[in-house]
Amino acid sequence: MTVEFRKDIFANERNDDFDQIGHARIRQDIEGHVRGRSPFYDDHQFEGLLHVRCVRSPHHHARIRAINASAAEAMPDVVRLIWPGDIPKNMNTLLSLIDFGRDDEPLLAERKVSYVGEPVLAIVATSVLAAQKAVESVVVDWEVLPHVLDVEEALKPNAPVVNDEYPNNCFDYHDRYDHQKLRFGDVKEAFSQADHIVEAEYQMSPIEQAPVETCGAIAAPETNGRIVCYTSTQALFFSIGVTGKLLELPSSRLHFIGGTVGGGFGGKVDSQHEPFAVLGAMLTGRPVKYMWDRAEEMQYGAPRSGERWRIRDGAMRDGRIIARSFTGFFDAGAYTRLTSYGVQKCTGHLPGPYTIPNVASNIFCVYTNRTPSTAMRGFGITGVDFAIECQMDRVAEAVGMDPIELRILNAYRDGDMKAHRRPAKNCALIECCQVAAQKSEWRLSPAAISRSSIEGGGEGWRAEIPETVVDGEGGIGNRKRQWQDTEPLSGTGIRRRVPVGTSTDHPATGNAPQHEDMVAEVARLGFKIDAGHSVQRPSLSEPSEGLRHRHANAETSFGRALGAGPSLPSGYDRTRPPASPGPARSSPPANEPIPAHSRHERDKSEKPFQRGVKRPGVSPFISGTRRR
Amino acid sequence: MMKKTPVTFTLNGRPTAAFADPGENLLDFLRRGVGDMTPKYGCGQGTCGACTVLIDNEPHLACITLAESAADREIRTADCLSDGPSLDPLQNSFIEHFAAQCGYCTPGMLMAARALLERNPNPRREEVIDAIAGNICRCTGYEPIVDAILDASRSYRRSAI
Repeated sequence: MTVEFRKDIFANERNDDFDQIGHARIRQDIEGHVRGRSPFYDDHQFEGLLHVRCVRSPHHHARIRAINASAAEAMPDVVRLIWPGDIPKNMNTLLSLIDFGRDDEPLLAERKVSYVGEPVLAIVATSVLAAQKAVESVVVDWEVLPHVLDVEEALKPNAPVVNDEYPNNCFDYHDRYDHQKLRFGDVKEAFSQADHIVEAEYQMSPIEQAPVETCGAIAAPETNGRIVCYTSTQALFFSIGVTGKLLELPSSRLHFIGGTVGGGFGGKVDSQHEPFAVLGAMLTGRPVKYMWDRAEEMQYGAPRSGERWRIRDGAMRDGRIIARSFTGFFDAGAYTRLTSYGVQKCTGHLPGPYTIPNVASNIFCVYTNRTPSTAMRGFGITGVDFAIECQMDRVAEAVGMDPIELRILNAYRDGDMKAHRRPAKNCALIECCQVAAQKSEWRLSPAAISRSSIEGGGEGWRAEIPETVVDGEGGIGNRKRQWQDTEPLSGTGIRRRVPVGTSTDHPATGNAPQHEDMVAEVARLGFKIDAGHSVQRPSLSEPSEGLRHRHANAETSFGRALGAGPSLPSGYDRTRPPASPGPARSSPPANEPIPAHSRHERDKSEKPFQRGVKRPGVSPFISGTRRR
Repeated sequence: MMKKTPVTFTLNGRPTAAFADPGENLLDFLRRGVGDMTPKYGCGQGTCGACTVLIDNEPHLACITLAESAADREIRTADCLSDGPSLDPLQNSFIEHFAAQCGYCTPGMLMAARALLERNPNPRREEVIDAIAGNICRCTGYEPIVDAILDASRSYRRSAI
């Protein structure tokens, strides 16, 4: 099969000769590694280096009544204590740099602690041992509060409030929803028509990244009021931004040096060390190192979040999965860090690599009195993939089908419409399954062996996607009263049907519209959905009533509303009035979420990206065109 | 403050002397006191192997070895392997087999491998795995490292170390 390469990305930076695959290439940094001379942050020596250790909470949840550090202050080897009041702006959230979420986490807790190990006081001393002794001498008067460690317990009414910024114990999406949703088609209707319903719950523990090099940073005063900081960070500009924000310093005063990371795996993006090291260097005028030992790394370093999933599938006798709904809970721990973003990533990944015409999900980013969780290798994706693939095996068992053949039958093929209303491209799951079966000497039927990702996509039943049902449930504040009602579309909230089609066909759907430059790019690349496939009369082997056709005539309509709606097949269920699929320029109802990108849309420049790099779908995460 | 102890020893073939703090471990002593940054801190409790050095040709975990115990001994770190610009066959083999990604465990891994190959120039695959069983690598999945050590053993036999 041919693979289409995205040549439009970095078009002027590559020569497309594709001669690297199959040739061994030497890593550019490996000679330093085998000589032991690669400059890890802790390999930089400073005369008179001071060390930081933190006084930490022994409780899951407690109010700080008083801290008595007079014994520590009197110790000769203690140079300086860092109190919350020494931090110019002691409140941050990691993603505030891209304007996502509210500041919810202090560098040093001032009023209360929300997880075991939350720091309340930092001590700078001449040696690690002296700092540790000083930490042990500090007496904190704790008022222990009730705590909650389970995601669903945390969503119950009257659960202890973990994070004052989010009193419902869950992250607020789009400033108005207590969870992140996905709606595609009509799962409720599809479940009622499915031959088999398969439901199961899955759970993943938090996982520590456990890099061999522990997290840390060394900062020292430079000339002209600048501070140099050697750091283990895997996100240098996050670290500069966070340090600059917490310490109210312009980044021109921060000289950060990183790039040699002794294993990160996501655990070195949280920028917890650099602010302490830089502040310590500013307050003492001496070089200061804040380095976690192994126990701190394992106990207080933010892991991958724990996840709990309930998945419900509706499958037909022939193995087609016609509906899938998810209820998911991500355990953010006490503060947001990157879990809110992990939930969004996850939503973007559902329902996995399968063509399912009816998909709904509700995913909650929940606060509990656990260690905050953050990035780790595919966070947001790997956990739910585990659940999805277990679920696929269960569906195979329920319909009495070979599990690999079930995957081949349902796998995305080029041209299938994904639950995010974008067409699937460059699919290869069928081929992966075939190779895996062959290598493991697993017998497949001739039909499964002959299937291909480039044949049959977006045709027949694969194109039959009903109107999408959306609902108004999930508003902030409502959930505390009805927390159990987390099954998508099971509640009694407002229901509304929106026309079928890609999100660009129908700006009124309330789904985030695609960027205009992305749409233009898709049109330029010539992607088409063949109008000839748009109407198919269902045969006996194809989905039953109600899962009726739709296929947008999208050939020329990307970025524009359809001039006329797609024609309806004769078997269309007339008892349910179809929402007008015609010109859909009506403004979204007031209770719909404001699309996340709309405020960026207005001031977007015509040129998608500077410096000649054509980049479809310029992400709001990249500052190129929206520097303010 | 307690008195520092003078420690004289041989480091990578060179006579060396430095003062150790009371109770200081050999890892901190080598890194801070002597300035050899090739042994790494990974756990401080003898479980990860990043600080592996050779003391009288035997692999030891520097983080749980007292600095004073190095007195009058012969210490070798990963710094001993290369001779100026030319690399040891073991180092070249690590490069060729892509046996390092982040590079943090590499110096300890090299010393564990070196000790094996000096003791047993013709190791079986199981013996290589056993020799690096105390060295944790989070990046490579170990297979390239085992391949590199086996390949280096062939180079060593040719050049008869």
